[in-house]
Amino acid sequence: MDQIPILKIGDTLLVSIQVDMHDRLALALQDDLTAKIVETRARGVMIDISSLEIVDSFIGRMLNNIAAMSRILDAVTVVVGMRPAVAITLVELGLSLTGVKTALNVDKGLALIRQMIDGEEGSLDRRGE
Amino acid sequence: MTKTDSIIPQILDKYSTQVMKDWAAQISAVTIAVGDDLNEVGARFFTALRQGIASGQFDDISGPAWAPARGILEELSRERAIKGATPAQTATFVFSLKSPLFSLLGREIKDAPTLAREIWTATLLLDKLGLYTTEVFQKNREEVIARQQEEMLELSTPVVKLWDGILALPLIGTLDSARTQVVMESLLQQIVTSGAETAIIDITGVPTVDTLVAQHLLKTVSAARLMGADCIISGIRPQIAQTIVHLGVELNVMTKATMADAFALALRRIGKTVRDREQSNGEKKKPQDAAAAEEA
Repeated sequence: MDQIPILKIGDTLLVSIQVDMHDRLALALQDDLTAKIVETRARGVMIDISSLEIVDSFIGRMLNNIAAMSRILDAVTVVVGMRPAVAITLVELGLSLTGVKTALNVDKGLALIRQMIDGEEGSLDRRGE
Repeated sequence: MTKTDSIIPQILDKYSTQVMKDWAAQISAVTIAVGDDLNEVGARFFTALRQGIASGQFDDISGPAWAPARGILEELSRERAIKGATPAQTATFVFSLKSPLFSLLGREIKDAPTLAREIWTATLLLDKLGLYTTEVFQKNREEVIARQQEEMLELSTPVVKLWDGILALPLIGTLDSARTQVVMESLLQQIVTSGAETAIIDITGVPTVDTLVAQHLLKTVSAARLMGADCIISGIRPQIAQTIVHLGVELNVMTKATMADAFALALRRIGKTVRDREQSNGEKKKPQDAAAAEEA
């Protein structure tokens, strides 16, 4: 069974989904990713779906779940590279992924994660003063 | 009945010049009304008609024998539809053939029952041809209307680049499902190509906002958000603000009263600000300061 690689860049985990997601693979990804977040103490998770042409309601919910799980483990999640057709389909399905941050590409996604992590630390610093 | 013992083919062959001349006179009455020359088309159609009649198939004009006649009628209808002629004017082209043909039949056939039968055959045939003309005419008109609608759809949804990373989408006209689809697609495509992070949807040109329009707007906003772009809705007129509240619609989006306010906010988000020129002159000369936006 194929596995989706999880790459560590600094304190961010990059998940690039490049195969067609079937449901079992999606569940395996949730397991792997949560384990990896705990293991590496990552602060950010970036999911690149630029090569996904089909996103159904199950995958949509999985993205939402991953974001929620990561948040509990104190990591911010950004979904990047969604195609226009996929975005329209998700909206038509009524899944607007309100709990997930999004960015256009990996570059902007990394910047967004950096900004969010810095923002949290900044607010903690101010609280400490 | 595919073949008849009708004598119309013989009569037409014998008196073709005569019928053609009478018909030309009839056509010219129509010609004056429409203002184009039908005599040339008339001659060609008459030849094709004789070809069809010679096949003896009077009750079915969809066969190959009638193909030339149909072709000429289609061409005529298309021209007429574009010129804006009425269906009646177009169909008269065929129906005006009745009068010369019937008078000829009346002169040639002395036997009353035969005459009645022949006239009936001719009427059926010309009616079919006339109706065919009208049908094609109608189809052409509908094609013209459909094409215009499509063009309007394209024209009314431009995506404008206001600055690096800022897109504007001025919506003009009512927002229905079909238009939302086009708007959404063109906006998302532009977000991909320009890498914009902010999109301003301006609804100054949208006459009314009901729950359906609001839902369509929110769909567009959600789709843009999934692509990583934030939306600002601007151009909300006082009445529309009241309607939205009365309808109980929740617009969970940043909204601004005018496009100018929305643009200022979008600039601030990407770290730019607009300044008066006098102030900036004192500090440093900036060559491209026409819009007076610079790094904060």
